[in-house]
Amino acid sequence: MAGESTAGTGTADRLSLPPRAIGGSRAGRGDRVYTAVLLSSVSLVLLLAAGLVVALVRESWDAIRTFGFRFLVTSHWDPVAGEFGALPFVYGTLLSSLLALLIAVPLSLGAAIFLAELAPSWIRPPIAFLIEMLAAVPSVVYGLWGIFVLVPWLRDWVQPALGRTLGFLPLFQGPPYGIGMLAAGIILSIMIMPFITSVSREVLLAVPGSQREAARGLGATRWETTRIAVLRYGRSGLIGAFLLGLGRALGETMAVTMVIGNRPEIAASLFAPGYTMASVLANEFTEATSDLYVSALVEIGLLLLLVTVVVNGFAKLLVWSVGGPVRGTRE
Amino acid sequence: MGDGLYVKGLRAWFGDRLILKGVDLTVAPNAVTAIIGPSGCGKSTFIRCVNRMHETVPGARVSGQVLLNSEDLYAPGVDPVQVRRRIGMVFQKPNPFPTMSVFDNVAAGLRLGSIRRKAHLHEPVERALRHAALWDEVKDELDKSGVSLSGGQQQRLCIARALAVDPQILLMDEPCSALDPIATAKIEELIHDLKKELTIVIVTHNMQQAARMSEWTGFFLLGELVEFGVTKDMFTTPGDKRTEDYITGRFG
Amino acid sequence: MSGLTFAAAVLAICPLLLIFGFLLYQGASALNWDFFVHLPKPVGEAGGGVANAIVGSLIVIGLAVALGLPVGILGGVYLAESRDRRLPWLLRFVADVMNGVPSIVFGIFAYTVVVLPMRRFSALAGGLALGLILIPIVLRTTEEMVRLVPNALREAGLGLGLPQWKVSLRIVIPAARAGIITGIVVAVARIAGETAPLLFTALGNRFWHQGLDQPIAALPLQIYAYAIAPYDDWHRQAWAGALVLITLVFLASLAARVATRDRAIARLR
Repeated sequence: MAGESTAGTGTADRLSLPPRAIGGSRAGRGDRVYTAVLLSSVSLVLLLAAGLVVALVRESWDAIRTFGFRFLVTSHWDPVAGEFGALPFVYGTLLSSLLALLIAVPLSLGAAIFLAELAPSWIRPPIAFLIEMLAAVPSVVYGLWGIFVLVPWLRDWVQPALGRTLGFLPLFQGPPYGIGMLAAGIILSIMIMPFITSVSREVLLAVPGSQREAARGLGATRWETTRIAVLRYGRSGLIGAFLLGLGRALGETMAVTMVIGNRPEIAASLFAPGYTMASVLANEFTEATSDLYVSALVEIGLLLLLVTVVVNGFAKLLVWSVGGPVRGTRE
Repeated sequence: MGDGLYVKGLRAWFGDRLILKGVDLTVAPNAVTAIIGPSGCGKSTFIRCVNRMHETVPGARVSGQVLLNSEDLYAPGVDPVQVRRRIGMVFQKPNPFPTMSVFDNVAAGLRLGSIRRKAHLHEPVERALRHAALWDEVKDELDKSGVSLSGGQQQRLCIARALAVDPQILLMDEPCSALDPIATAKIEELIHDLKKELTIVIVTHNMQQAARMSEWTGFFLLGELVEFGVTKDMFTTPGDKRTEDYITGRFG
Repeated sequence: MSGLTFAAAVLAICPLLLIFGFLLYQGASALNWDFFVHLPKPVGEAGGGVANAIVGSLIVIGLAVALGLPVGILGGVYLAESRDRRLPWLLRFVADVMNGVPSIVFGIFAYTVVVLPMRRFSALAGGLALGLILIPIVLRTTEEMVRLVPNALREAGLGLGLPQWKVSLRIVIPAARAGIITGIVVAVARIAGETAPLLFTALGNRFWHQGLDQPIAALPLQIYAYAIAPYDDWHRQAWAGALVLITLVFLASLAARVATRDRAIARLR
């Protein structure tokens, strides 16, 4: 149409500006199509997320109706008899994750402080890089290493030693199988260490330099500066980092399944085999024969979803409170 | 031949803040009009209102009229995209498209607009590059990346890109402020040639440049157009005391 | 005190060296040409390979990418360019939540919506589960990369009189291309190693797959199956498979890091 294209010659465009037609000029329509395509993608993502929750609730409804709250506090898991109590799995998940945190937090925090504050700058990139590579190792590979390296080591060296020295504690009693809660806790701790380290490091780096300067100005040494100014200021963010690690540990499946023993029992000893929510899903889903069985398993999945979402959400809030939203693509 | 602009009662806001407090101005065709004033006086906002770029920022608002060929660019129903095809803009920092070659940069406005076939593009691209006094320097390297040129060349590339769509008016927002004196001199010479075919409005914080290059000058202060007139007269016998203070360097 | 933290850092790295060392030690011996091109042998017989698992992994990843890539990129572009307040916030929130969901839960979802209605395990179900893991990762990296494109480019495009959608599609997104691709590589490396979501969707297969609606082998699944079995020869193959898997994942992550570091340096120049 006249005036719409200016094709290089000097005369064609001296006409008046075309008004935006009711149906939209070519440009206006293009904008609308583009926006429509983008919005449909957005809707698809939101629908999938909503669908996830809906599907889980729907499939687990049978079990929810049948067992109600008992599901969480009964420890009898007998698929044959149709009895499903999930307490052993909840217990196992919590215990293994907490154990993992216990081991990982001091190490990760130390490494993070080292990387953010105390290390000479030439050594920071390689160590940070190595820790990040650790995060890229697939879970099944951790499990493989766990079965053939960690477990024999625990069985032949560590557990007997612990039994001899600390065996008066119920925590360290029982035959040294190797596989069991201790193995799961250790392997989980290795897996969550990179996350806690990198988030902690970002939290520490987000502490304003003015805080450090204030402490140095008062005559503090490097370590004292770190302790007084940085750690205290970043405290809530660091707790958030630990919680993020916890969230990861709660959902970890393969490595745990391969070393925990997969026995639905609640025992006091760390040497005993156990079972986690994720592990029972991994092991029994394909064997679930009855509808109620499947429903019970899906309910465990729903539980797992809720717990991890809550823990992660809370953790993110804490981390943001220090430095603002962290642009985390690796979560 | 270039065209003239009539600006009437132009006001511009960023959110609640009033930046331009009612500007009335006439831009003469085939001439260079310089806009001067201290930082923060609204000069950039002013020219960004002329080609309806100001409103692309969230929260920005404009009221008033800008008449091109007695047509109000701000009339309801006018497509801003069409406005910007007729009024070209060169920015302060050269911004060639990094993923495109020299040729593709100049052709960008044409290719993404109407002309598709590469064969048809050679002529307009060469013409634009000649107009921008860049052809001789890049004619054998049209496939090189746009960002591999020097700063001054990049800015001339951006001028060529703007010229390729054959605008009636060219707006330049401090085009030389990021360039060295030699590159600046080249561009000033270029503007001198361009004004024979185009109308040019140039924002500059360099008063000597304004005095050298323009026929008309407008002095802005705190969002108001304080004085507007023939450049020679304004610099020798300014009418308003504020203009005189600025020109003699008492502030700004 | 620095010494203590240094020790912590070293302890944190040790497992990596230990694991990789063991993989090399145990797995290298089982790595041979057969391993890559042959199917698994029947139970009890030595030898055979994981060819079907490698191909199967590629297929399932391909399905995941087909689902997750367009959705993730478009969503990321939306987040970077939209001027709305609420919808982008909601999308970002949902993507972040999805990032933290245990991968096995996505497997359950794929089980309920694909496996149950189809009454069989399939590559499609596995692809869906992995695709759901892919989407939030691609979404967020795309958003970041598009945001990094300097505003000057957008202004240049708009100033030329190009409509907004052309500026986005032909100028902004191509400028962010390298970063977006890096994000995709990282996401693919992540899903390549996922086992749990495939356990009851793709299920695994000792033979070549018969179709996308049939169970299909995948490398992590094969590693798992071999690891928990009682045969030594299978254990060795598990190590070998793990070595292959971890090498690919490492190479991809490394490439991604190098790519983004170059761009960061280039920008500083």
